[in-house]
Amino acid sequence: MKKLNYPFTHEAVRDLKVGDMVLISGKLFTGRDAVHKRLHDGVKPPVDLSNQIIYHCGPVILQDKKTGKYQVTAAGPTTSIREEPYQADVMKDYGIVGVIGKGGMGPKTLAGCKEYGCVYFHAIGGAAQVLAEKINSVDAVYWLDLGSPEAIWELSVTEFPVVVTMDAHGNSLHAKVESASNEQLQKALKENGH
Amino acid sequence: MAKKKAKKVAKTVAKKQVKKSAAKSTKKVVAKKATLKKSALKKSASVVNITKTLEISLIELIKNTSAILPDDVQKVILEALEREEKNTTAEYAMNIIKANIELAKKKSQPLCQDTGTVLFYVSHPQNFDQIKFTKEIQKAVVKATEKGYLRQNSVDSLTGENSGMNVGPGHPSIHYHQHNKKTVEVKLMLKGGGCENVGAQYSLPHTALDAGRDLDGVRKVILDAVHKAQGKGCGPGVLGICIGGDRGAGYIESKEQLLRRLDDKNAVASLAELEAEIVQTSNKLGIGPMGFGGKTTLLGCKISALNRLPASFFVSISYMCWAFRRQGIELSEKNQIKKWLY
Ligand code: SF4
Repeated sequence: MKKLNYPFTHEAVRDLKVGDMVLISGKLFTGRDAVHKRLHDGVKPPVDLSNQIIYHCGPVILQDKKTGKYQVTAAGPTTSIREEPYQADVMKDYGIVGVIGKGGMGPKTLAGCKEYGCVYFHAIGGAAQVLAEKINSVDAVYWLDLGSPEAIWELSVTEFPVVVTMDAHGNSLHAKVESASNEQLQKALKENGH
Repeated sequence: MAKKKAKKVAKTVAKKQVKKSAAKSTKKVVAKKATLKKSALKKSASVVNITKTLEISLIELIKNTSAILPDDVQKVILEALEREEKNTTAEYAMNIIKANIELAKKKSQPLCQDTGTVLFYVSHPQNFDQIKFTKEIQKAVVKATEKGYLRQNSVDSLTGENSGMNVGPGHPSIHYHQHNKKTVEVKLMLKGGGCENVGAQYSLPHTALDAGRDLDGVRKVILDAVHKAQGKGCGPGVLGICIGGDRGAGYIESKEQLLRRLDDKNAVASLAELEAEIVQTSNKLGIGPMGFGGKTTLLGCKISALNRLPASFFVSISYMCWAFRRQGIELSEKNQIKKWLY
C-alpha cells in the first residue's frame, strides 16, 4: 500500500506504477462532463488547478438548513471514458497531476499522462458509502450553475483508496487486461463446448 | 392526502347507503341510519389503514432493497473475496466492496449512489386492482425519494429535465403477473445505469464470432458480451439471459432471470450446464473485479428460453453489477409485510 499526501507533485506521481494500491490524503476537486467541457472550451477555472487531482464524481450533497454546511452522503466514481475527448488537454492546460474515476480511459489520455506527468487512479465503482466516509469536509463549491452533481466540489479526504491503472510511463492496466482476456476469449471461442 | 380522499369516498358511500335504506322503509329509519353510518365509518377507517399500511410496507421494501444486499448475493461476494490472491488489486477491490456492503447496512443508506431503474414485479391473485396498486407504488416511490432511499434518477428524454420524483413515463417500471396463490408478492430490483449500459442483444448466426444457431453459438456470444463489459458496469457481475423471443420479450425475460436466487438450479439440464460453463469460462478470462485482472469476473449466470420465430434467433443479455439490489415481500391481508422473499 502506498500513500500520496498533499501537496501533490508531478514527481511524487511519476513514482507511481500501474497496479499500485494508493491511499490519497489531501484535496480533491470533483469534475465531470460539464466541467471538462467548459475547461476545454477555454473558460478559466475558478480555482488554480495546478498540482491538483480531479475526481470524476457527481456526489450527493446535502446542505444543513441551519448552518449552511455541506455534507457528502454518497460519492462514488462515475464512468471516466466520457471525458476522453477533453482529458489530455485539461492535463496540459491546467497542470493537474491526476484524475480519479472508474472504467479507465483511452489512448489519448494515456499519452497525455506520459507527456504531462499525470496518473489515472481507479476508485471502486459502487462503493459510495466507504468513499463518502473518507471525505472529511466539503471546503468550497464552484460553478454551481452547472447543477449540484456537475459542479466543482472541493473536498478534503483522508486515505481515499484507489488503484493506479494508468501511469505516467505509458502503461495501462486496462490495455493489459483487455489483451490478455482477449487471448483467453479467442481460445474459448475455438473450443467446442457442446 | 390519501386519507382525506378515502374518507371522502367512504362518506359518500355511507350517505348513499343511508338514502337507499331510507327510501325502502321509513319505520326503522332512525335506528338503521345509526348502525349504517357506524359500520360504514368503520369500513372507511380500515380502508384507510390498509392503504396506509401498504405504503409503509412498500417504503420499507424500497429502503431495505437500496441498503442491504440479499443473502444469496452476499454469499457469492464473500466467496469471490476468498478466491482472490492476497495483496492483489482484485482482493483490494473485493475488500472495499465488502466494507461498503457492511457500512450501507449499518447506516441504512443506499449501497451505491446510483439507485438505478426501479423495477417492480408484482404477483397477484384474480380480481386484483392493478390501477390502484400502481398508484400506491408511485406514491411510495415519491416518498422513498424524498427520504433519500432513492436518488433523483428519472430524466425526461426529450427535455432533459429531472422530475426529481422518480415517477414519469416508464418510471417506475412495474410488471404484473397473475398467479394461483391467494397472496400478493412484490419483488423489487434496483438496476444501475452503468451495468444496464453493457447489456447486449445478439442475433444468431453471428459470423464474426462464428456463432451458429445452437447452444454453442449462444455460449460464444455470451462470452463476447462478458469480454466487452470489462471495466464497465462494476464487475464482478451476474448475467440474466434469454434465448429466443422477440427483441422486446427477450430483454424483459433476461431481467426476470435476475429474480432467481443465485443458488437455485435450472430445471432444464442443458441450460443448467450452460449456466455453469459460462461462469467457469468467464472467470478464466482473468478480467477480475473492476477489470483489474483476477479470478472473479462473474458471480452467476441465469438463462431461460422462449420460443422464437423460425426467422429469428436472439440472445438477450442483461448484466447486473455487484451491487445487485433485489428484495421481495409477501403481503398479509392487511398489507403488512408477512415475509421477506430473499
Ligand atoms: S454499475 Fe452498479 S455499482 Fe456501478 S455505479 Fe452503477 S449501480 Fe453502482
